[in-house]
Amino acid sequence: MNRRIDITLTVNGERVSRSVDTRIHLIDFLRGELGLTGAHTACEHGVCGACTVRVDGDAVRGCLVLAASLDGAAVETIEGLSDSGEIRDLQEAFVARNAAQCGYCTPGMLVTAADILTQAPNASREEIREHISGNYCRCTGYQAIVDAVEDTLTARRTREAVR
Amino acid sequence: MKWPAMGYARVDSLDELWRALDAAGPEAQILAGGQSLLATLSFRLSEPSGLFDITRIAALRGVSVSGSTLRIGALTRHAELGSDPLVAAHAPLLAKAAPLIAHPAIRNRGTIGGSLALADPAAELPACVVALDATIVIASKGGERRVPAADFFQGLFSTDLQPGEIIAAVEVPVATAASRQTIVEVTRRSGDYAMAGLAAVLSVQANGQVETARLVYFGVGSGAEIAGGASAALVGRPLDDASIAAAQAALTDDLDPPGDLHGGPELKRHLARVLTGRALSSFLAPAEQAA
Ligand SMILES: Cc1cc2nc3c(=O)[nH]c(=O)nc-3n(C[C@H](O)[C@H](O)[C@H](O)COP(=O)(O)OP(=O)(O)OC[C@H]3O[C@@H](n4cnc5c(N)ncnc54)[C@H](O)[C@@H]3O)c2cc1C
Repeated sequence: MNRRIDITLTVNGERVSRSVDTRIHLIDFLRGELGLTGAHTACEHGVCGACTVRVDGDAVRGCLVLAASLDGAAVETIEGLSDSGEIRDLQEAFVARNAAQCGYCTPGMLVTAADILTQAPNASREEIREHISGNYCRCTGYQAIVDAVEDTLTARRTREAVR
Repeated sequence: MKWPAMGYARVDSLDELWRALDAAGPEAQILAGGQSLLATLSFRLSEPSGLFDITRIAALRGVSVSGSTLRIGALTRHAELGSDPLVAAHAPLLAKAAPLIAHPAIRNRGTIGGSLALADPAAELPACVVALDATIVIASKGGERRVPAADFFQGLFSTDLQPGEIIAAVEVPVATAASRQTIVEVTRRSGDYAMAGLAAVLSVQANGQVETARLVYFGVGSGAEIAGGASAALVGRPLDDASIAAAQAALTDDLDPPGDLHGGPELKRHLARVLTGRALSSFLAPAEQAA
């Protein structure tokens, strides 16, 4: 069986072709091959969520995805989400609420929280907590993060109502 | 830890998979969602020679109903299980189970076939398919065979799957107006594997008598544990405080939980009794439920 695989995929909308070692996961590929260091390598067994990125529109654990399996896939990282402006308000709310301290969990937290904005615009604090329960933060105690997501939801609903 | 050196190949059809498995030998493994397999590689708990990625095999996908059977393809992801309208209508137990499994990002990739093949003793889906009296559809080069879920699981992380066989689908008898299905569990943190859990499927007649009952516990033994005594304690009786108490009492003989990280056998027994009360009372009319 092959130990190297040629893959072509899009990363943040750009087409990328590489020959990858079959034993590397998506995060080492993004960080090592493409220099996209937003998604963080941490527990490397799916528990902490610091490596959360999108594959074909879905938030996934980058450390539990083989880079070699991504031929034809569309990957989005925090760099792409930042550039597109999709979550600018959420990022501003994170700053306003001091929801990042050391910042290690923040990119994964943002990618996870971005789902709430589109899938559950009326989420309660309880539901926000449930949705981000797979993303560990060792600094904030989560309160400020939940505040930031809740503020963003409220602001988006208000804007929607005015429109 | 980084994964061991290993091969990888994507297979696009079952025929291609059978050929690939023949050529590769027993050290190769099947990769579905990877949410358990790749995590165990990080611990170097296994070092397969290579992985065959089955996620593009169309024959293993999709949810459909034919007659009184709901067929769920092995590649159905936990997230799809939680959102599929056919699953919600015909196997509400599985729709209720999905949000209890891990976290959204893991549910976006983990599959029902992978969860059943793994047979983790604390996993939700093995208990659910046993409670639903579902059939596991197993495919190999030689064709298909069907095994009742209760016979498929053979203890801690072990199943009836033979070398060269895969799970192709799960067939679930569709819920009738008489069926009552629910799943409850206790976890330390949201999304964790359960300290103890219960998948309960009852059939209740119009007069309130329980016709059939399957109470299947997880996280309290070596796999999905059917509680024969507790289930029998409900049958032929109306579902009420007395029959629920009888089911709880019968658990003492049904379960023999080993201690684990979370606590000893007595804790597990206690949790199982509490969960039994919660699950069964949820089937009572609101007025009858204890406040
Ligand atoms: C942090 C974390 C928390 C989790 N929490 C839970 C939880 O609370 N409850 C729970 O149930 N699970 C939990 N899981 C596991 C998750 O549900 C997995 O998705 C599931 O157990 C395996 O499915 P998979 O598709 O990812 O399989 P894989 O990881 O790809 O494969 C698992 C095993 O099954 C085999 N296999 C896969 N598909 C087939 C098939 N069709 N036929 C034959 N063999 C096959 C593989 O060869 C491998 O041995 C958790 C995982 C993580 C990382």
